Amino acid sequence: MTSPSGGEAVAKSTSSGLGRLLDQRVLLSIAVLAVLPWLLPSQALAVNVLIYGVVVMGYNLLFGYTGLLSFGQAAFFGAGAYFTGIAIGRYGVPWFAAVPIAVLLSTGLAAAIGIVSTRTRGIYFSMVTLALAQLVYYVALQASSFTGGENGLRGFTVDRVSLFGLSVNFLDPVNKYYVLMAFAALAMWFQSRILNSPFGAVIEAIRENEQRARACGYDVERSKLIVFMLSGAISSLGGCMLALHLSIVPLDILHYQTSGMIVMMVLLGGARSFFGPFVGAAAFLILEDVISVWTPHWQLFVGAIFVLFVLFLPKGIWGTLLDTLGVGKARP
Amino acid sequence: MSGELLRAEGIGKHFGGFVALEGITVSFAAGQLTSIIGPNGAGKSTFFNILSGALTPTSGKLHFRGRELNGLPQHRFVHQGISRSYQITNIFPDLSVHENVRVAAQALTVSYDIWRNRARLTELNARADVALDAVGLLGRRAELAKFLSHGQQRALEIAIALVSEPELLLLDEPTAGMGPEETKDMVALLERLAEKRTVLLVEHKMKMVLGLSKRVVVLHHGRLLADGAPDEIRSNPEVRRVYLGQSEGYG
Repeated sequence: MTSPSGGEAVAKSTSSGLGRLLDQRVLLSIAVLAVLPWLLPSQALAVNVLIYGVVVMGYNLLFGYTGLLSFGQAAFFGAGAYFTGIAIGRYGVPWFAAVPIAVLLSTGLAAAIGIVSTRTRGIYFSMVTLALAQLVYYVALQASSFTGGENGLRGFTVDRVSLFGLSVNFLDPVNKYYVLMAFAALAMWFQSRILNSPFGAVIEAIRENEQRARACGYDVERSKLIVFMLSGAISSLGGCMLALHLSIVPLDILHYQTSGMIVMMVLLGGARSFFGPFVGAAAFLILEDVISVWTPHWQLFVGAIFVLFVLFLPKGIWGTLLDTLGVGKARP
Repeated sequence: MSGELLRAEGIGKHFGGFVALEGITVSFAAGQLTSIIGPNGAGKSTFFNILSGALTPTSGKLHFRGRELNGLPQHRFVHQGISRSYQITNIFPDLSVHENVRVAAQALTVSYDIWRNRARLTELNARADVALDAVGLLGRRAELAKFLSHGQQRALEIAIALVSEPELLLLDEPTAGMGPEETKDMVALLERLAEKRTVLLVEHKMKMVLGLSKRVVVLHHGRLLADGAPDEIRSNPEVRRVYLGQSEGYG
């Protein structure tokens, strides 16, 4: 392991100064997120952008970079949140241990769902992921002694986070934001690492031409399973962040509507772009915020805007912006 | 190089009730260019798909360098030293020309590594450039593959197959859809390739095949019809009847 990939993400550096600057994508993304609470109308919105940004970023690995349209990503988002809450609330595990435990368990869930779903292709893959994720939803609904069922999981609150002798009041929104941002930074570093790695090249080859990738000597099924697990792991970290943030886990986050929202966010922001998921999450949440003030039927408007995007801006907000600036083309 | 490289023993392939191949027994020596010809539907592509692992034969055995290949998954064939190109252009359209070849080279060494930086695998970059140079595409290495001309995409396809340094190179109609100029370039490339390695070629253009190959294998209705040097094939009455007779200068 060497330094974070920001310093070495020169895989395909473009010649322009802007292109070179964008090679520092992890550092740049962290810088933007660091000032986000002051750019957005509310602190709460900024925290949500952070959380959903991480979830959608993990999903982007699967959908944007590997070309696998899953409708079940909510399962890993939810699993991360539930496992964190259960570990802290029921077993008294300290938060810094609960998060990696939750990510590991969620990755195991991703392995189980991935083994079944990655054997199928196209629409069948989408449907199998949807069905298995709904199965997870119903398990969480039924196992109410563990999960709180319909009421959601309650009874765990992290009010102070302390690590290495440093103790921070987690109830303070600014502190909370920056602690959660550290998780997001970790996720971004990991994702950038994967994209720059040899394996990152394999998943892109699979997206571009599965048959050719196999003829080149890649075990396509195994690669898909690995990327499914990595994607689930990153999205589950977003779930851990949600649990720490809310101190409850609403059952709804496991529902397929959440999976649909994740798909919409990645398309709004721009699949196959590194920072697109955060832009997409912000766009979606701002739309929801603004429009739901005017009308309870906000989903109608968000849906219409989404359709316009798919028709006219298939690369999403961020992808189109990068293309316009002429720096988005050759980047992994 | 000499000696037997690949041997097919009684290869047959049925699709339901349809017999695509039946009882093909043939062996290929190392270090020469052999062409497989036959009218449409003769089973050439099926045979090629079996040789490259994309299809499993219904009956018969495949031996490569003395090792039996039956039951090996397709992606392992490259690792054994058998690499192929496709009749219909089959590349990674949205990747750069260089990355198309680099990712193919990478398959033989690192697949699942998520920690190293791929840009630092300089040996792979160099190998990709050598393969691109061999097919005359080094000057376009930074472009997206989808923006290449048809002939260049065919050449890229061969570079992808070539970069794994295969002992046996299977080329499925490399001149399909090419004009005369592009075909000439491709023939020159094939001649260069055949100097150093064993090449199996499926082709439709008879003049080109007879001029290029040391040996020609003729398939007809899924069976082996003839096997010999170009001159023998040209004078074989059976072959003339089913194939050449249709038009001497086909293609």
